[in-house]
This record gives sequence, C-alpha cells and structure tokens, in this order.
Amino acid sequence: MAPVPSSISPSDTAWPAFVAIAAATLFTVVFMWAETEAHVFAVIAAGAACAWAARRFGVYARAARIFAAREQVLDWGAIAGMLMLLAAFHEEHFPLLMTATVLLYIVACLGLNIQFGYAGVLNFAAAAFFGVGGYTAAVLVRHTAIPHPIVLLIGGAMAALIGLFLVLPVLRTRGHYSAVITIAFAILFRTFLEVNDTLGGPQGLKLPALQVFGWNFNRNFEIAGIGLSFYVNYVLLALALAAVAFALTRRLERSWIGLTLDAVRLDETAAACFGVHLARWKALSFTFGNFMIGVAGAVYALMLGFIAPSNFTFGDSLIMVSIILLGGIGNPWGVVLASAIVVVLPEKLQLIQEYRFILYATMVILVLLFRPEGLLPRRLRVYFPGWSPSPK
Amino acid sequence: MDAGLLAQFVANGLMLGMMYALVAVGFTLFFGVLDVIKFSHGDVLTVGTFAGFSTFLGLKAIGVANPWVQVAAVMLIACGAMAILGALIARYLVMPLKGAPALNVLLITLMLGTVLRESVRLFFPDGANPKPFPKLLPTDALALGSFTLRLDSAILFVAGLAVIVAIHLLINRTKLGLAIRAVAQDEETAKIMGINFTLIVLATFALGSAVAAFAGVMNGLYYNEINFGMGLLLGVIGFSAAIIGGLGNIYGAILGGFLFAALQTVGAVALPFASAYKDVFAFAVVIVLMTIWPTGLIAEKTSERV
Repeated sequence: MAPVPSSISPSDTAWPAFVAIAAATLFTVVFMWAETEAHVFAVIAAGAACAWAARRFGVYARAARIFAAREQVLDWGAIAGMLMLLAAFHEEHFPLLMTATVLLYIVACLGLNIQFGYAGVLNFAAAAFFGVGGYTAAVLVRHTAIPHPIVLLIGGAMAALIGLFLVLPVLRTRGHYSAVITIAFAILFRTFLEVNDTLGGPQGLKLPALQVFGWNFNRNFEIAGIGLSFYVNYVLLALALAAVAFALTRRLERSWIGLTLDAVRLDETAAACFGVHLARWKALSFTFGNFMIGVAGAVYALMLGFIAPSNFTFGDSLIMVSIILLGGIGNPWGVVLASAIVVVLPEKLQLIQEYRFILYATMVILVLLFRPEGLLPRRLRVYFPGWSPSPK
Repeated sequence: MDAGLLAQFVANGLMLGMMYALVAVGFTLFFGVLDVIKFSHGDVLTVGTFAGFSTFLGLKAIGVANPWVQVAAVMLIACGAMAILGALIARYLVMPLKGAPALNVLLITLMLGTVLRESVRLFFPDGANPKPFPKLLPTDALALGSFTLRLDSAILFVAGLAVIVAIHLLINRTKLGLAIRAVAQDEETAKIMGINFTLIVLATFALGSAVAAFAGVMNGLYYNEINFGMGLLLGVIGFSAAIIGGLGNIYGAILGGFLFAALQTVGAVALPFASAYKDVFAFAVVIVLMTIWPTGLIAEKTSERV
C-alpha cells in the first residue's frame, strides 16, 4: 500500500481534479456512444493515450493529491459526472440499462467488499445472495401488495437472514474450509432454483413494474417537453443506492469499526488478544454485506422484469470476486472502476461477449501474478493531516 | 423396496463414490505438499476427458477398432497429458505464489479452471454441446433378480480400486512416496535431507492430475456422455469430499468421496421430496458436517504456530 500524499501545498490549484472528472465523464459518454468495434477500440486507445499523457505531465499526480486530501471533490464530481451521463443518454434505453447495472453491481460489490476486503470473510456465493434478493422481490411483488420500496428492503433482509444460516459454519471454519461452505451454498442455491417449480424452475419468473408512491418506473416520461427513457428512473434509484452504499462503506472503513475489521482480517490472534470479539465482527460484516447485496439484487430483478437461475450461477459469484480483486481489495473506488470495466466492456464489444468469462479469468490471473494489489490499491490509513507512515 | 433395487442403488453409489474419491485424492495430495487448494482440478479432469475423447476420435480415424487398444490408449494419453498439464500449472501458476496469501492461490486456480472450462467450450469443435462418449468396455450384464450388474461398471470399479491401492502403495512403499510425505510434513527439513522440493511438488501435481484424468475418463465410460461443465461439479464435490475427510489425509479423502456419494444416493432414494433435490440435500449436509467438524472427520494434525 502506497503512503498517502496527503498534504497539498498552496501552489496546488483545484483545476487538475476538475479536468480529471470532466475527462473521465467525457470518455465514458464517448465510449458508450461508440457503435462499431473499430470506434470502441479507437476510443479506448485515445483514452489510454490521454491517461498516459496525464500521468506523464503530472496532472494525474496532482489530481490524485487533491482527491486524497479532499475526497468530497471526487465524490460529488463522480455524482455530477453520472448526472451528465444521464443527460447525454436520456432517451437511449440500452446505455441507461448498462449504467444502472453498473451502479447495482457497485452496490453489491461494496457489500462483498465489506465481507471480503475489511473483515476477511470469504464469500464465494455473492451471486446467490444477489439472487435471494431478486427472487424475494419477485415473489413479494407478484403475490403481495407490500409497497415496493419496502419490498427492496425485505429483499436485502432476506439475503441477510439466509446468510445468517451460514454464519455459524463460516465462523467455525477457517481458510479453505470456510471457502467450501460458501461454494457449496452457491451451487446448492442454483440447483434449488432450477428444480423448484414454485419459483419458476429453469424458466424463472416475470416481474411487474416497480412502483414508488404511484410512480410507475416502467413508463417513459417527459420533463419540459423532453422525452426521457423509463430507465432514467432506475438509473436515478441505482445512483442513490450506490451513493448511500458508498458513503456507508467509507464511513464504516474510517470509523473504529473499520479499524476493528482490519485487525480481524490481518491477525485474528492478535486482534483476539486485544479484546476484539472475532465472531461478532465477522458475523456482523457478513450479514451487513449480504444485506447490501440483497437490496441490489432486488432492484436488479425489478429493473430487468425477469429473473432466472442462470443469472445467479457460481460463475457470476466469481465475476463479483474478480471485481473486488481487479479494483484492489478494500478500496471502494476500485470497486467502482472495476464494476464499470467488467460490466460495460463485454456489452460494448459484442465480439468478446462470448469470451467474457475466459477474458476475466485471464485478467484476474494476470492481476494476481503481476499486480496482486489491484488497479487502485487501497491506501494506508491517515490518522493526522500531513502524517505519512514512511517518510520519503 | 426390494433387495435387488437396493443393491442397484448401492452399486451406483459405490461407482459415484469411486469417482469422487479419485478426485478428492488429488486435492488432498496437493494440499499435503504445498498447503494450497488447486481449484482447477475439476476442469483439469474435463480437459483430460476431452483429451481422451480426441484420442478415441483419432484412433477411429486411423482405423484402430479393437476396443481394448482404444481404452488403453485413451487412458494413457488422457492421464499422461494431464500429468504434464498438472505439473505445468504447479510450476507456473501455483509455485510462484508460494509466499502469497492462500486466498490468492485459491482464486488464481479458480480462474484457471474457468479458462480451461471456457477453452473447452469455445475451442473444442461444437464444445458447447454434450458429446456422446463411446462404450468401449463390454456391456454384458449379469442379472440377479431385479439387480443388474453391468460388466463395464464392474471393470471400472475394479480399475478405480486398483488406482487407489496403487496410490496407497506409491505413498507408503516407494522412495518417491517417502519424499512426498516428507515434504508434506516439513518442507524445510525435507530440503535439508536432500530432497528436491520442486521436483517432488511437480511429481505430486502430475500424479494428482493424472488420477483426475482417470476419474474423468471413467465418468465418460460410465455415463457415455461428456460436456464442458462436468468438471466443475465433480471438482466442487471432490473438494467437499476432501474437506469432509480432512485435508491432507488420503484416506480421509477416499472416505469423504464415498460419504458424499452415499448422501446423494440417500437423497435420491430415501427422502420424501423429489430426487431432483439430491444435490441440494448433499451440499446442505456438507455444510452441516463442516459446522460440526470444522476441519473434517479425520482432522488435520498440525497445530497453528503464532
């Protein structure tokens, strides 16, 4: 983990930060706009060239310094960027669907990150908990009159509840033994869905539209004469969820809870010696993470309007783990970046759609071999402004 | 239920158990020497089976029709090729990560498994669809009332038993086995005693992978159908079996394999709900067993050093 360059000298101006945010937004918009594969590759190449130039001429370093010192700039910048993206694609269904999917993956992977990145609890069944949320939402929306916002919360609660059944085995086992518990659950869940007729079997279930206070999410609408795709609803909802999830994760990480979880992950024996209740914190982070994954799954199911067991395979769980690893374990911004890459890239490159599993798997292998800390490594904690763990 | 039908289920269960045990032995061997889980094991099995299948197609193309020659060649090439693949994986993916957290090795081999599986799906001609595996063994059947013993099943079972006995002898009676046990017990002391650590690790991975290929071909000959996903489930089951038995213990792995097969059979036969739930039941019991015995039925003997 690299020490944080946390001091900003008076000569630093804020412009590199805004340039960075604007450039990232512009790049995303153009990338989503690109239609043919040649264009997509051209955009990627141009983006890579700009990134290289930014690094070469110090803009990157200065932007990173500003972001590290005043993270709100990055937080609000990212939200503003998302809104601009929304404005650019307000009529297009497909890019908006992708955007919403990315945001929901961010929520789910932030949940996984709390389990995996902070408390060090292995979970190879993330897609299963995602599915628990989705199927709970499907059943409740189809058969009950519970208001939909509450259905989303119940979806998360259900994932947390089912996770509770696994808490005891997960706590009692360690390392490889604990991995097999969640892997067994992931496979058990998918098999269960495929053979259970009340849950639609392999064909899955259809869901009606999400309604919040009488507002139908599946209807195109107009504001001041401008037609908007109905996916705008979902993107806004997902963006709100992602923002809340991100803020929560960040607060959790920076609080004494995050510090405790780090201790639990890094050295169980030492943590226990200092009076940290290992089981309590592991169970708590596992449950909380599953709740976030479940809520994301519920929204995802309602957005797609259709879910089937093939959405929640062991392979999908592995993709979520790859997101955490690619981004850099424990870094929420890494989750954001990696979710975007992993979800959007295969959709844009239909050529590689068929090859996506093999591509990710190879990417993760390369990352593990050559950059085990991920694309955006998590940084050391900064306790005092200007404090740096190793004087350089 | 009459005795004949019961015997039929027992026979099927034993056959399944043999395959699971063979896969589980690989996991436990790897864990013994390197303390890692090589999760691509199940997919190495798939690749081995497809290598065997290709060998069969090749032999048919050049006009070798004798089924015994075909079986021998299929087994030999599948096992040999996977021994090499296993050693390569150990040398270039697992050993470089020796100092890294155990999770990284688990992940890298999981991902390698995905690469292997997807490669079979995408690059084997029409690999996405199941392939009919030839019936190479004599299919004469011996009927005892309602119980039918097929000769090919009997041959496969005996062959599997022979492999297990051979592994047992190899580990306990040969110099290589002694070296493997030495490395498993204490890597550094083994090195001091002049054991070539790298060579032993590679040999162990080659051995385990060859056994997996054997199990894969056995699976193909038994069910007469293979597909690219067969290794994933077999791998997970083999891993679970090795874990139930207790990692690092070969006899535990064999026990775990048969136990898992017994659970599936019981799930299919004796339980009130539909037999489609047999895997759900088996994995649920695995989770329960792991809760009761967190390090397996035959627990690991090493204690943690702080």
